Amino acid sequence: MLKPHRHHPLWFAFIVHRLSGVCLALFLPAHFYVLGLALNNGESLDRFLHWTEHPLLRWVEFGLVFCLAVHMFGGVRLLALEFMPWSPKQKTFAALAAALSLLVACLFLLRAT
Amino acid sequence: MARRLGLHQEVLQVNVWRGNASGGKHCHYEVPSLESQTILDVVTWIQRNLDPKLSYRFACRVGMCGTCAMMVNGKPRWTCRTHVRKVLDNNTLTIEPLRNLPVIKDLACDMSEFFDKWDRAQGRFHPSKTRSDDVVRIPPTSVHRTQVDAAIECINCAICYAACDVVQWNPDYLGPAALNRAWTLVNDVRDNNQTVRLRAVSSDAGCHNCHSHQSCTTYCPNEINPTASIAGLKRATAKATLSGKI
Amino acid sequence: MIGVRLYLAQRISAMIMAPLVLIHLVTIIYAVQGGLDAAEILSRTRGSVVWGALYALFVLTVSVHAAIGLRVVSHEWLKLRGTGLDVLTWVVGLGLMLLGGRAVVAVIM
Repeated sequence: MLKPHRHHPLWFAFIVHRLSGVCLALFLPAHFYVLGLALNNGESLDRFLHWTEHPLLRWVEFGLVFCLAVHMFGGVRLLALEFMPWSPKQKTFAALAAALSLLVACLFLLRAT
Repeated sequence: MARRLGLHQEVLQVNVWRGNASGGKHCHYEVPSLESQTILDVVTWIQRNLDPKLSYRFACRVGMCGTCAMMVNGKPRWTCRTHVRKVLDNNTLTIEPLRNLPVIKDLACDMSEFFDKWDRAQGRFHPSKTRSDDVVRIPPTSVHRTQVDAAIECINCAICYAACDVVQWNPDYLGPAALNRAWTLVNDVRDNNQTVRLRAVSSDAGCHNCHSHQSCTTYCPNEINPTASIAGLKRATAKATLSGKI
Repeated sequence: MIGVRLYLAQRISAMIMAPLVLIHLVTIIYAVQGGLDAAEILSRTRGSVVWGALYALFVLTVSVHAAIGLRVVSHEWLKLRGTGLDVLTWVVGLGLMLLGGRAVVAVIM
């Protein structure tokens, strides 16, 4: 997996973008299904939301919020790379995307607990 | 932990991949360490002193011809300009044929597919003038010319192609070198094959499959940025598609 | 395994989604304090044209984006080719659109 030629920051930025994207795509059907529970007046949605109060799930949610943030911020970097004049600061931008995402995910964790 | 061979002679531990298209293995050699020694010097020393059957490819030895690229400790390098001291890992060198290309024998790989892809990416120049026309004047400061200042310096060494994971995962993908070449021609105002070229690089194997890992850019020995060239192609093809030109 | 048209669909959906995701992140962080309950969520969303439009647009774009994304990943990592790849793209895209549409109806109507 981590062959020597992949040991550089922008390859890591790629793998974070890809894995976060796959996680989000796999999570999305479950997310939509749960929201669909509100169709019968919120009771079954409430039962589910009650179940999510388990402390371990905070960390899963932390991961999901990080995935969402890092996929979005990293994606904005890629859109800028492709559609704007070239900038040599790609590593800085990738680090910024990761830092911002961690900040967002931590903010979520602080508010959630 | 350099072992000593004779008096004060340090020895490099070198693993060289030996084999052909049907498989092979690493063979171990001990090579005397010298001042300012390059990887190509090491390979040549093995062939001249230890095993004359070792096959590899080189020509100019000064970083012009692009024939001597190999994997060195897992990274693609131009071996004639790579100093042993800079890449030595625990006094060991592992030298293998370039990734993503079929092996012919030992360190020599078959470059046919690599160059076929240049053709598939419409990497040929199609002149718009005849010999009786005047020479077109291209100001060195024009936008099109400055965009490809670095890109035209490609020496076809296939290091970017070996570094590219999209090529590995999607073997039809045209790859960074062919697409970089196409980008230089997209910016060549004398060429009259632009629509065909933009269509060619927009195929299912074209520039849109690039994920901007930037491994090509990281390892290009001539400091070319194929990722930026491919981004240029993405913009040019997107524009041409949205305006109905391709 | 994408040509220029799928590429454009992927990037345009991304451009639309970036601000939507930002709004979603702010909402998550705002709403999560004190725990989530259905009444709180539904009081914000039920009958709201703005939330309805935003969520509908999100479902539409995310379906396109995820379908193309998983298409590329399946081609590169699972070696899926040809018809199988097209089927996967459509199943993911339409499946997410249906499930997402149901979710939007559930929280808005």
